[in-house]
Amino acid sequence: MGDADKKYDEYPLGGMITEKGSARRYKTGDWRSRKPEVDKEKCIDCLFCWVFCPDNSVIVENEKMKGFRYSHCKGCGICATECPKKAITLKEEGA
Amino acid sequence: MEQLLAMNGDQAIAYAWKQIDPDVVAAYPITPQTIIVEAFSDYVADGQVSTEYVCAESEHSALSLCIGAAAAGARTATATASAGLAYMWEMLYIASSMRLPIVMAVANRALSGPINIHCDHDDSMGGRDAGWIQVYGENAQEAYDNSVMAFRIAEHMDVRLPMMTCLDGFITSHSLENMSLLPDDVVKKFVGEFKAIRPLLDIHNPTSYGPFDAPEFYFEHKFGQIKAMDKVIPVMREVQADFAKISGRSYDIVEPYYVDDADYVVVAAGSTAGTLRAVVDELRADGKKVGSVKMRLFRPFPAGEIAKVLEGKKAVAVMDRAISIGAAGPSFPEVRSALFDVSQRPKVVNYVYGLGGRDVGVDDVKVVFSQLMKGESKVVNYLGVRQ
Repeated sequence: MGDADKKYDEYPLGGMITEKGSARRYKTGDWRSRKPEVDKEKCIDCLFCWVFCPDNSVIVENEKMKGFRYSHCKGCGICATECPKKAITLKEEGA
Repeated sequence: MEQLLAMNGDQAIAYAWKQIDPDVVAAYPITPQTIIVEAFSDYVADGQVSTEYVCAESEHSALSLCIGAAAAGARTATATASAGLAYMWEMLYIASSMRLPIVMAVANRALSGPINIHCDHDDSMGGRDAGWIQVYGENAQEAYDNSVMAFRIAEHMDVRLPMMTCLDGFITSHSLENMSLLPDDVVKKFVGEFKAIRPLLDIHNPTSYGPFDAPEFYFEHKFGQIKAMDKVIPVMREVQADFAKISGRSYDIVEPYYVDDADYVVVAAGSTAGTLRAVVDELRADGKKVGSVKMRLFRPFPAGEIAKVLEGKKAVAVMDRAISIGAAGPSFPEVRSALFDVSQRPKVVNYVYGLGGRDVGVDDVKVVFSQLMKGESKVVNYLGVRQ
């Protein structure tokens, strides 16, 4: 997470946010303990993972599944559960 | 010119607010509410103030409204007591963490149950950890004076914390006393204009108040509150000194009475401090070396001031009109702890008294002094309970 390097009195008073659109910089992906990975040998680009992902973390280009955007992926595993070809597996972070 | 009137403590606070004319007052106008907002709503209805007065549907909502209004850039005040304060609990922490200088009058009443509406300090003492400044007034005059000073202290740029101005329920809130009131223009000038910090209504500088605070930041924000609380005592001294200039009435953080050469000292907050002085006068007339201390400020706790005043005494009794069941009265461990590091440490005992409005008069306080002087006090004593 950004900005977690300042002293207490360098932040705006009372935890207020004085910068517009700063939520964009809040990367919730670091909540993740398991990380989805795709085996493109098995993937048929049905895009079920893209439909079901609650965090818009599946990268699709030209109707092809291209992998994951980890900045906001929390490792919930819905993609792996819904994948009809079992092409997505969840790996322990830091393993 | 000063005006002399007979008023009760609640009316005195409402009168101070009338003179200050806050932008927003929100309150829940039913039991356990006090006459404060009732009297103030009369001023609103009679057009004597320009305040936006909001009748909320609960105490939780009343303080929430104050929080929203304060964040929007308004000077705000509210009043409550007992279970009403308990119902505000969640919002107490929100107000202080958002650093909103809301002023709240608390007419101290028992926190039922058993159901009781009479005076003790259990309500606000329970809120001592919520990040609010707490000052306890002895009488209607002090309730009025504290109300005038509170806005200056809470809104000071080094502080920016909410503040409770406490007075004893019924004993002070409903008793008629002679009061000296300051002229409107003097109060207005003393309190000054409210200065907002990043108000929500400033559309050119959009601000989010009260967002989720992750572990990477929460401790720093809490530390900001801690450091602001540390600034309260010097700010309060400054405000009290200025107030003495306009009123002729001097206040201190803790107020010692015949303590300098005393061997035995009793400490109390609120109306009992006055009873203590009466007893000290009587006992001094008998040649007893006794004194008393009125504890005006409880949050921040004036440990340094307490230690300075009580060091070297033979014995000190701390009177608490509140109880932390399973421990002792709430100010006892703090006074005792303040004296732990002094070189000449007095014996310190606790007297829990007056719960649920049990009257404690001169004779009861004499018992405290007598036991203290004879060394008959236990560590924690319960004054006058049938056991």
